[in-house]
Amino acid sequence: MFFTYLGRELRRRARQALVIALGLALGIGLAITVSSASDGVKAAQTDVLKSLYGVGTDITVTQPATRGSGGAQSFGFSGQAQTTTGTKTTTASQDTARVAMGSGTLATTTLTKVKALSGVSDAVGSLSLTDFNVSGKLTQSFTQAPSTTGSTGSTGRSDRSGSGYGGGSGGGFRAGGPSGNFSFNQTTMQGVDVSDMTIGPMSSVTLASGRELSAADSSAAVAVVNSSYATQQNIKVGATETLGGTKFTVVGIVTTSSDEDYFLPLAEAQKISSETGKVTTVYVKAASSTQISAVASEIGKTASGATVSTSAQLADSVSGSLSSTASLLTNLGRWLVIGVLAAAFLIAALLTMSAVGRRTREFGTLKAIGWTSRRVVRQVLGESIVTGLIGGVLGIGLGFAGALVIDKVAPQLTAAASTSSASTTTGGFGGGGGASRFRKPANDITVHLTAPVHLNILLIAVALAVLGGLIAGALGGWRASSLRPADALSKVA
Amino acid sequence: MYEISGLTKVYDGKRKGEKVHALQGVDVVIPDNDMLAIQGPTGHGKSTLLQLLGGLDRPSGGSLKFDGQELAKMGEMQLTKLRAQNFGYIFQGFNLIPTLTAQENVETALVPLGIPATERRERAVRALTEVGLGERLGHLQTELSGGQQQRVAIARALVKEPKVILADEPTGNLDEETRDDIFALLERLWAERGLTVIMVTHDSALSKRVPRLAQIKHGKLTIKRERVDG
Ligand SMILES: Nc1ncnc2c1ncn2[C@@H]1O[C@H](COP(=O)(O)OP(=O)(O)OP(=O)(O)O)[C@@H](O)[C@H]1O
Ligand SMILES: [Mg+2]
Repeated sequence: MFFTYLGRELRRRARQALVIALGLALGIGLAITVSSASDGVKAAQTDVLKSLYGVGTDITVTQPATRGSGGAQSFGFSGQAQTTTGTKTTTASQDTARVAMGSGTLATTTLTKVKALSGVSDAVGSLSLTDFNVSGKLTQSFTQAPSTTGSTGSTGRSDRSGSGYGGGSGGGFRAGGPSGNFSFNQTTMQGVDVSDMTIGPMSSVTLASGRELSAADSSAAVAVVNSSYATQQNIKVGATETLGGTKFTVVGIVTTSSDEDYFLPLAEAQKISSETGKVTTVYVKAASSTQISAVASEIGKTASGATVSTSAQLADSVSGSLSSTASLLTNLGRWLVIGVLAAAFLIAALLTMSAVGRRTREFGTLKAIGWTSRRVVRQVLGESIVTGLIGGVLGIGLGFAGALVIDKVAPQLTAAASTSSASTTTGGFGGGGGASRFRKPANDITVHLTAPVHLNILLIAVALAVLGGLIAGALGGWRASSLRPADALSKVA
Repeated sequence: MYEISGLTKVYDGKRKGEKVHALQGVDVVIPDNDMLAIQGPTGHGKSTLLQLLGGLDRPSGGSLKFDGQELAKMGEMQLTKLRAQNFGYIFQGFNLIPTLTAQENVETALVPLGIPATERRERAVRALTEVGLGERLGHLQTELSGGQQQRVAIARALVKEPKVILADEPTGNLDEETRDDIFALLERLWAERGLTVIMVTHDSALSKRVPRLAQIKHGKLTIKRERVDG
């Protein structure tokens, strides 16, 4: 009788049931769509992080630049010792590779220590360099500055025009503003550990042509080129590129969302920049995701003065429409879902209560002929839960439809490492961070928003539907339980 | 069957503090297999008495004994059980469940007795056949005439084989011919089954045909005619 009665009620009062079910469906559909989109955004963020920091990197360790060292660009024209005042015209070509602006270096011994920490499953180092290539005619006047000792050499900073001039030798002369025609070329490159490319920058590249770097290349003058740069500069596999004054053979073109133009074996990068035994970034993989923060603090103790960033912090530092979408979904989306669900629950409860009110005589009659309150309440609750489940099914349909629309439209989102800061601390953006500030525009990573509907979301949706039905049914049942058998004679039909 | 003395019922009136004394000391004994008709002007307490007899409501005072048990002292569960097993209530306005078919409506009376579904169905069909609705099993209330609806209500009251049938103006909403049919049906069931039938009626034509007649005025009951044969 329970199911017969329940079925008859729902069928014969289909409109009422449908209104309640649709309300719940709307809430649940929205919940599914929003959480699917959230999952999609999370997946996109993971992708972005992967391309920025490589697959499976949980922690990065970088060294903030100390003023006047490391990131400073100073370059001189060799063999141009200055002994007289006057005007000097130099025709020169200069190609130097330096540690990227804003980055400091870590000793590989630090890397070794980090690797030895418990909870660290793997760690590799990389060296990010900026290659400055200046060629052309430079006219410059020199005046003697007797009181100055030694080095006017390092200017400590460089401005964009690259006018910082410091002769490596022959101090005592102050350089006047240079004038002339010279081309200034800047590229970025990263020395990578070719013996372990499972984490770090090379873990997320895909080969476009040629071959990838391999362990055998550890001391070979070979490089792979970022496909976007290769396209721009028309670089082909087999080409010879001069980096830091050394000729490198291009063995492959790779697709990556990293900023770096070239990837070379770490030892080669150290050689051309005279940074033997130094790295700019250490990529660390923790043994388990739960250990990340503990490992990070251990590393902080081991490598004092270094910036240790966890993947969660890295994720926070990603800016662009991806991150605004993420915050939109987590803030507005969540409240929207809660609001709509609450409204749907409220409507369901009110409608169910008023339906019970309209059925006063019916329930009174059942009680009068010997139905217990419990049986009547069970009937109301049963109807309500089934209505909720119908709402859940419709809601899942709506949710899938919503997710499908997102997938079809696939809004384009961009993500960029936060490059606006001019602080010398790269804030965890090992690798490209420092360099991308210098280059413009920074490599935006474009992702398409998807909305994967996961099974657990569906289970939650069904649970929500049942919950909505339960709340409405409990209130309706409570009202039904308060009816008396004498209500069979009530005027309410 | 019933022993009633000094029975009162006080309702709360519409205005606050106002009391409606619907029954003001009813004394009556209703023996087994009685057929009693209760007459009286509107609003004088007929339905109120019937509700108390059927265990739909509780008395305010006095004594109301059914088979020696005091109804007023019964727990809710016990009273519900009594309603389910012993009282067949026929409402003034039929009170069918609008979404259920005739047969399902009759079955609802057997649900609280824990009777298995197949037996329930058989008994419902038998009861409906008995009241002449064997052909209307799958019909809804809206697909039945007033007389047919009342027959379904009677079948629902009968199907549980109660000790007492309590009928509140069972013919009130019906035309004369149908009224006679329904009354004849109740009369036949009463005679054949040895039921106790207590009915409220306005209809003087009916009250002439019943063995025992009572009247309620201002909440007090008086027997107008005693059963001659008994
Ligand atoms: N639930 C209730 N609450 C308040 N007053 C009630 C209630 N039920 C009945 N009454 C009052 O009790 C009195 C008796 O009502 P009752 O229904 O028993 O009359 P009746 O004799 O059946 O009348 P009718 O012939 O019109 O059916 C009336 O004054 C009525 O207004
Ligand atoms: Mg009445």
